[in-house]
Amino acid sequence: MRLLRHILVAAALVAAGASGAVAGAPERVVSMNVCTDQLAMLVAAPGQLVSISHLTRDPATSALAEEARAYPIHHGQAEEIFLLEPDLVIAGTTARPTTLSMLRRLGVRVEQMPSASTLGEIRDNIAHMGELLGQPERARDLVARFDERLRAVRGRPYAPPLAAPYYANGFSSGGRSLAAAVIEAAGYENLGTRLGLEGTAPVPLEVLLMHDPALLILGTHDYDAPAKAQEIFAHPALERAFGRARRIEIANSAWVCGGPFTADAVEALALRRSKTARAPR
Amino acid sequence: MTPRATALVYLPLMLLVALLFVGSLLVGPAGIGIARALEALWSGGADPIVLVMQEIRLPRAILAAAIGAVLGLSGAVLQGLLRNPLAEPGVVGVTSAASFGAVLAIYSGLSASLPFALPLMAMTGAFLAVFLVNALAGRSQDTLTVILAGVAITTLCGALTSLALNLSPNPFAAAEIVFWMMGSLADRSMDHVRLALPFILVGAGLLLATGPALDGLSLGEDVARTLGIGLTRTRLLATLGTACGVGAATAVAGAIGFVGLVVPHLLRPLVGSLPSRLLPASALGGAALVLTADIGIRVVMPERDLKLGVVTALLGVPFFLWLVLRARREIS
Repeated sequence: MRLLRHILVAAALVAAGASGAVAGAPERVVSMNVCTDQLAMLVAAPGQLVSISHLTRDPATSALAEEARAYPIHHGQAEEIFLLEPDLVIAGTTARPTTLSMLRRLGVRVEQMPSASTLGEIRDNIAHMGELLGQPERARDLVARFDERLRAVRGRPYAPPLAAPYYANGFSSGGRSLAAAVIEAAGYENLGTRLGLEGTAPVPLEVLLMHDPALLILGTHDYDAPAKAQEIFAHPALERAFGRARRIEIANSAWVCGGPFTADAVEALALRRSKTARAPR
Repeated sequence: MTPRATALVYLPLMLLVALLFVGSLLVGPAGIGIARALEALWSGGADPIVLVMQEIRLPRAILAAAIGAVLGLSGAVLQGLLRNPLAEPGVVGVTSAASFGAVLAIYSGLSASLPFALPLMAMTGAFLAVFLVNALAGRSQDTLTVILAGVAITTLCGALTSLALNLSPNPFAAAEIVFWMMGSLADRSMDHVRLALPFILVGAGLLLATGPALDGLSLGEDVARTLGIGLTRTRLLATLGTACGVGAATAVAGAIGFVGLVVPHLLRPLVGSLPSRLLPASALGGAALVLTADIGIRVVMPERDLKLGVVTALLGVPFFLWLVLRARREIS
């Protein structure tokens, strides 16, 4: 009896596939990670994505916080997600293993996707999301538009000026980080890469000042509540060293997750470089 | 001890503080040559070296010296006033109460609009703690009662600090519990010097003024009374001085423990136990200890933001245990 029902369900799925998206495309997808959420929102067909993480509504980490309000949210609990009756769950690689194994035990298909730390990996992730959701066409379009925007800012200068992103608590981005990839694509040299740092690492204010970067990249830190972590941005030394012409604000959400919106950051930085190249400081 | 012998202790201590102050200016991740570094202290302009020296290293050295001095001083005063060898602002609960006051000022957003709310709230916390310890310990001069009152206040304020920071919607706040419990001078600026130094100086002045009265008190309360020493006035000076000095210090550097405990005990054999002589020496000794600890942090683990209170606690706790053992031996 059970077997018969499975066959019927499979047949119905194939029929649905024939009538629209690629055969076997999942119909109820739940995404569990800020990064996969945003890619899924861009790639999924209307109604295909049933729920996303509550973190994706936070503008501090998510570039699509506004759009995320249109989707029901969950808090990453296994039972919460199981009750949504998903036929595909997409998680990041940092998801709680216990939650994922619980979902798998309950018979839910779970796929994990690593977060991008290069522009190439953004392309791969979009394409992979297209395959998972059975929407390769939409993914291909997104990648093509992304590549077009990046091509428009190419033209790396002979001596790239030095740029340094500076986050709360005096952290910066080193090599093998998406921020460094964006900064280099925009025609700058990244300070953290020059210092031999990996990922997100602290750079003492003294060291930052002594390298005297041409551009200080500050995140937008729009938390409702203050914290000592952000005091560093009001340090008089930082104020005196970097005037308005030598600092730029790029929303952290542009490179917390890689996505088509990461091109916004590349464009903003490249625009600043071409402006300052014409008018020497 | 003769004045000349006292000078023999003060002069080397002053020299030591001066040397450590210059040493503190010369240590840092940027690695600047000695000559260029010292020259940049006096020159103008916005050269990176000038900025590093004037806006990063100078405030750090000033704060280390001032905070160490007021912590050492208040430790010596509290030990004299309570006639308790274990008393010091950290043990008595003053620093953790000041921390809690500062936490309320910063994370409620009050200090963003009113900068002076930060030291004032920390001082209020410190004042309440000294007041509470006095009220809890009452007339009893029992060592244990004071310490227990201090433990109660420290535990309560520590818990409230953690609660306040965990409730903050800012994701960074929770990680900052460590700063408020362990203290640090990393990335402090001239703004912090302007906020804290005036109050630290006033507090130190009030604490130093208790010297002659504490001399009398060291002979016993009754003798002090017959000498015409106003006990209430002395208590008030010590309370206000500790609240003001330790409160302001904690507001900008977090809770730095054990300085007030270790320093007076180390110096007592050198200057004698007469408080009026011990107080200035303890100020110098405290400055030297915190400067040393802060230099040590930057030399031993330059790339990790090791907390200042960790170093002072590592130095102070064995000392504290030794004092406890000695106290036990005296009782039995």
